[in-house]
Amino acid sequence: MGVEQKLGNMGVVTMRLEDAVNWARTGSMWPVLFGLACCAIEMMAAQASNYDLSRFGMELNRASPRQSDLMIVAGRVSRKMAPVVRRLYDQMPEPKWVLSMGDCASTTGVFNNYALIQGVDEVVPVDVYVAGCPPRPEALIHGIITLHEKVKGESLKDWS
Amino acid sequence: MNEQLQFAVEALKERFGGVEKIFRGDVEVILTPESIVPACQTLRDEFDFEMLVDVTAVDYWPQEEPRFHVVYRIRSLKHNLIIGLRVPVDGDNPAVSTIEGVYPNANWFEREVYDMFGIRFEGHSDLRRILMPYEWVGHPLRKDYPLGYEEVQFTFNFDEINVRKPFARRVNKK
Amino acid sequence: MGLEIFPQTDVTAEQVSVEDIKHLITNRAIEGETMLLNMGPQHPSTHGVLRLLLELDGETVVNCIPDIGYLHTGIEKNMEAKTYIKAEVMSDRIDYLNNLGNNLVYCLAVEKLVDLDVPPRAQAIRVILAELQRIASHLIWLGTHALDLAAMSVFLYCFREREIILDIFELCSGQRMMTTYIRPGGLWRDTPVEFEDAVRNFLKIFPRRIDEYEALLTKNPLFIERTKNIGILTPEDAIKWGVTGPMLRASGIAHDLRKVRPYSGYEQYDFDVPVANGCDTYDRYIVRIEEMRQSVRIIQQALDKLPYGPVLSSNRKYVPPPRSELGTSMEAVIHHFKYWTEGFPAPKAGVYAAVESPRGELGVYLEGDGGPKPYRCHWRTPSFANLQVLPLISKGVFVADMVALIGTVDIILGDVDR
Repeated sequence: MGVEQKLGNMGVVTMRLEDAVNWARTGSMWPVLFGLACCAIEMMAAQASNYDLSRFGMELNRASPRQSDLMIVAGRVSRKMAPVVRRLYDQMPEPKWVLSMGDCASTTGVFNNYALIQGVDEVVPVDVYVAGCPPRPEALIHGIITLHEKVKGESLKDWS
Repeated sequence: MNEQLQFAVEALKERFGGVEKIFRGDVEVILTPESIVPACQTLRDEFDFEMLVDVTAVDYWPQEEPRFHVVYRIRSLKHNLIIGLRVPVDGDNPAVSTIEGVYPNANWFEREVYDMFGIRFEGHSDLRRILMPYEWVGHPLRKDYPLGYEEVQFTFNFDEINVRKPFARRVNKK
Repeated sequence: MGLEIFPQTDVTAEQVSVEDIKHLITNRAIEGETMLLNMGPQHPSTHGVLRLLLELDGETVVNCIPDIGYLHTGIEKNMEAKTYIKAEVMSDRIDYLNNLGNNLVYCLAVEKLVDLDVPPRAQAIRVILAELQRIASHLIWLGTHALDLAAMSVFLYCFREREIILDIFELCSGQRMMTTYIRPGGLWRDTPVEFEDAVRNFLKIFPRRIDEYEALLTKNPLFIERTKNIGILTPEDAIKWGVTGPMLRASGIAHDLRKVRPYSGYEQYDFDVPVANGCDTYDRYIVRIEEMRQSVRIIQQALDKLPYGPVLSSNRKYVPPPRSELGTSMEAVIHHFKYWTEGFPAPKAGVYAAVESPRGELGVYLEGDGGPKPYRCHWRTPSFANLQVLPLISKGVFVADMVALIGTVDIILGDVDR
């Protein structure tokens, strides 16, 4: 139709700009290195040999928040750590997403007491919650694919 | 009981007025706050109890006299023994002398006991909070400090808790 | 487009001002001659949320002040609010690389408190699982330590082996990490039929894999350059500061709780305690590699001698009855009901039980009060005691060596902050 018909066999395909941008964003989303507790071990296991996160473009964990666009909060967030989480989130450039991994980051899990904040969504806005204590690497991959689907449905105006 | 351990316990009972307590093979000697530092000195120098394993405390509120028991555990690597010491401390302005001069690794253990129970250690080089945030008020492991748990959200109280619960969310997103 | 947070959230960053720590840093820092650098809670090489304040003279570390508490979970207070059985769930999460070891020490303390016996088959399986957990923990230590020193392939190999061990745990209990498989009185239930074959297959392939890691690292001049003579801890200092575990054994002192105070049947097995005399980071690496080999030896012996029999004690006051009896026996129903709703009472006394975890001496001080809930459950964790030595061993090293030192002390922040 239209441009594609006229161009014929030149090897050109047309798509919406939003689709192209979102596809590029999901193709290489770099997480900031933010493993706090036990879920960090399962996150490391998801990035290692058996369950490879490198096939989603995520093998690089950037140490600096300024160079990353995904924050996987893996583990329990204590009251002393909450300002640090918030500060790191503020330092990430947009577009940025947050994946809350595990029960402790989503809803404090087993520990309902004075020392932990009840879910990391008290301090940062969360896009995807992954349940489990700790979630299997396959569950984390499922969460990441859900996040990719959410990103593919975003419009350019969300981040402009 | 092992001979060397018997000698050590007898020395503690005679010189410092300790009371011996044995339960399931664990030996504990109950001492007074004034005698804990010379007792530890004796144990380390004369009876080869070289390694301090643990310093912790137990709160017996609402019983006020004594309210806390500070529990020490010291190991002898040479003779393969372990001994426990207990010091009862009163409830208002609880204070014990520090054993940091005898065993240097009591530093962090006593900081944790101060942080969690409020027991001051006299002569400690660096008595500040270690586990809780710096401006925290209160001592969490005391029995009159609440657990601080959040009410569980079921369907019948979902909406009322949602109003009070703090959430972070983006402004321009759906 | 901004971020809206409800006004109730008080998220303010607290600052440690220089006045608070004035007694810990030298005068040169206050005058400005040396620099205070914050190796913050979020850092690729701090193995968790550890904050280090480094006082640097150029690139040399003059002083290092650890700041912990960023993972404090209040487990000890939370355990006081639950019954003995429910509190065991939290014990997995303290040292989250040594889950079965934490379960084991908690169950040893409960069994000592209520004077409960454990059948020999359960003891043997406990030993097998604890040693497998030790291998898994040392594998992660090796992977992350080598990763910090820029040997990335070792990280991938170690995690490959660890997956085999986690498959074995999942076979027994259904969970890879937080299993809570070891319960007071024995185990949760008997191991499935495939357990022995799975462990034997693992033991067949694993010694060759350790040889692979050693071929990559032990004689590697880069690794030796980065670890020899770094972080010297003399034996006198080690005992004075209460250091236990591989750090103590690499300073020449052969103190291993499995040998001097055996628990759970360790006296039946024949194994060596690896000791090195160099007191530096390289020797701690050698000690831990050798410990993995000795663990393989222990598991082999335990598997060969594995007796048949029940895996739970027969004392129904402290152990749930098997479900097959619930249909026929009224007493079993009453025991089942009391056990799962109220729990079992414990005498009014305190006990201390300790095991040799991959990091050192892990101990539990458990005090009961006659009721079903622990009155005080204190965890003596090895990482909390070992981390105190970090300012001592880091005097005079470069900033790049701090990374190696944190790796060699082998801390787990869940252990440190509980």
